[in-house]
Amino acid sequence: MENLGVYAARLAPKIDGLAPGHRACIGCGEALAVRIACKAMGSNVIVANATGCMEVISSQLPATAWDMPWIHTLFENNSAVASGIESALKVMIRKGKIADKGTKVVAMGGDGATSDIGFQALSGALERGHDFLYLMFDNEAYMNTGIQRSSATPYGASTTTSPAGKKSIGQKTAKKNMPAIVAAHDIPYVATACPSYPFDMMEKVKKGLAVNGPAFISVFSVCPTGWRSSPDLSVKLGRLAVQTGAFPLYEVENGQYKLSLDPAPLRPIQEYFKLQGRFRHLSEGTVKQIQEKIISDYEKLKRKVAC
Amino acid sequence: MGKRIGMEVSLAIAEAAKMANVDVVAAYPITPQTHIVERMAEIVANGELDAEYIPVESEHSAMSACLGSSAAGARTFTATAGQGLELMHEVLYVASAMRLPIVMAVANRALSSPLNVWGDQSDLMAVRDTGWIQIICENGQEAFDLTLAAFKISEDHRILLPVMIHCDGFYLTHVVEPIEFPTQDEVNKYLPPFNYPLPLDPDKPVTMGAFAPSFIYTEAKKAQEVNIVNSKQLIIDLWKEFGKTFGREYHPIEKYRTEGAGTLLLTLGSFGETAMTAVDKMRDEGQDVGLLKLRLWRPFPFEELRETVNGAQTLIVVDRALSFGGPGGPAFSEIRSALYGEKKRPKIIGFVGGLGGRDLTVTEFEGMVKRAAEINDTAAEKEYEMFGVRE
Ligand SMILES: Cc1ncc(C[n+]2csc(CCOP(=O)(O)OP(=O)(O)O)c2C)c(N)n1
Ligand code: SF4
Ligand SMILES: [Mg+2]
Repeated sequence: MENLGVYAARLAPKIDGLAPGHRACIGCGEALAVRIACKAMGSNVIVANATGCMEVISSQLPATAWDMPWIHTLFENNSAVASGIESALKVMIRKGKIADKGTKVVAMGGDGATSDIGFQALSGALERGHDFLYLMFDNEAYMNTGIQRSSATPYGASTTTSPAGKKSIGQKTAKKNMPAIVAAHDIPYVATACPSYPFDMMEKVKKGLAVNGPAFISVFSVCPTGWRSSPDLSVKLGRLAVQTGAFPLYEVENGQYKLSLDPAPLRPIQEYFKLQGRFRHLSEGTVKQIQEKIISDYEKLKRKVAC
Repeated sequence: MGKRIGMEVSLAIAEAAKMANVDVVAAYPITPQTHIVERMAEIVANGELDAEYIPVESEHSAMSACLGSSAAGARTFTATAGQGLELMHEVLYVASAMRLPIVMAVANRALSSPLNVWGDQSDLMAVRDTGWIQIICENGQEAFDLTLAAFKISEDHRILLPVMIHCDGFYLTHVVEPIEFPTQDEVNKYLPPFNYPLPLDPDKPVTMGAFAPSFIYTEAKKAQEVNIVNSKQLIIDLWKEFGKTFGREYHPIEKYRTEGAGTLLLTLGSFGETAMTAVDKMRDEGQDVGLLKLRLWRPFPFEELRETVNGAQTLIVVDRALSFGGPGGPAFSEIRSALYGEKKRPKIIGFVGGLGGRDLTVTEFEGMVKRAAEINDTAAEKEYEMFGVRE
């Protein structure tokens, strides 16, 4: 198994769109996710990045970690910026102003940029049917500004704006189901992925780029700084999130749900929780309640797969 | 030579964008801008222009899509008004700082609350520090000409800045005027294709919109300031060139019957037309009144202002916007500050009027001249007065 891991790494494309030397924290699962996505994307892409950790760690003047055409403008507008780029390429090719090189457009953003402040712009771009791939790097909070809750923060997690306290269990709301909301736009391709499963993730990125029209991938991104987990556990935590059913891996292709991996039986959620500070305050009772919800959500997902 | 035809000014603005052969239009409807974007959509839909019309879900996204489009190297046009311009606000700063050429027509409108869709320049003033070139039109011909010329200004490699073309909502956007249009051939000769120096292109990857900590932010801002200040002379030169090509030349400040004027009125936008009639009337009655019309709001034409007011005893600045709790209307306070260091300067009096589509008539401009004389006589210490308020 260990040896296979070493061997498998050699199968990954050598190309690095996100060069080493960026300023992400040690063990950052989001930087790993971006790097793997870039490997799958290759060099014929243009990236529109939202404000957030990945923008700040990669583009501090006068240096840049990006070896691809890359644009950052604001926090909530990357879908709209990508719309503009895609439309520009389309019309300029049609008018013979530039050659048709088959360049793809990718928008990247965190869970905050995507599921909260940039939600409207995302929905608009999906509904208009632009040919682009949206990558949401979901580390389940606003990490860049200091671990504030987002609508993607899971129930019970303690963040700086949903702190656990005498009268609070932490985040009071359930994680927003972004893949389902995006799928409701009837776009050709929606998926979830995690860099702990790099080849699965790369396949999905390639598929998302290849479809004609909008594609969306929610990429689970472990944040040791925000989750108060050990930096050497990021890959393991990604696997545990998948194997406990907290973050199942699946695709929705033209409306058809398909599990990428069915980790039955699900591992107990406590295995995943106990490695993170953000859940440490939870009582046994709350954990049990969360466990039940995960199982019922997972069954719901499997029913969608079955139809 | 093209021909002179009667056309609604909104449609003429769309015609300018069409003749400029724009590639991308991203827009969201808002009164009184709607006719411009409806016409753009129609032009694209019926094949008069090969462009992508992006019917975005908000003005924030309209301007954001314009950023992407311009950065990819496409000629980019949009239009908005009032609330829409305010919703774009943070995106506007990005367009200018990233040196992205975009032309935007603004149908100047009042800002809520209370809701009011009519002509007013509060929106124009609210975005004065966003780093855009801001040009103000007075009539339909100017709206067409200056929109066309805006592409040339915006895309000039020595400038590379977004440009707003301001037209008072309804007063300009919804009136039909006789407008002289050039031929497409003439426009093609005048306006070369957009050629952005470093567009987003996988063959030559660039990082755009990098993050600047304090050790370099000030320098970036200084570079931006030098760029827009230097653009003033280039704008003047490009307007001269426009004049040579099409026979109509524009200037940062337009003068009307200013010879020997002791009192000068200064207006921005469509009120210039009414003020001209008022000046004619007062001149006929023997009063030495003249008119200045401020066309270039950003970059601000300091030298031109100082030179044009030279010799006048009274300068009356008419604002169509308020700066609540501030030093009078925005144009008034900027003009007063621009002239403060002059050894000999006119007494400067500010009036705010015409808010939310309220008319200022010839009689009212005459009234302002009278009232200014009274204020002069009493040496009142008032900062400014609101004109035409029903008490
Ligand atoms: C309009 C606006 N509001 C707030 C911010 C501050 N802000 C910048 S990044 C960020 C959070 C980013 O969170 P997320 O999108 O999840 O990305 P992450 O940093 O977690 O990767 C916030 C709140 C901003 N830049 N712009
Ligand atoms: S805070 Fe989290 S997401 Fe941000 S760079 Fe550090 S580890 Fe990565
Ligand atoms: Mg986040």
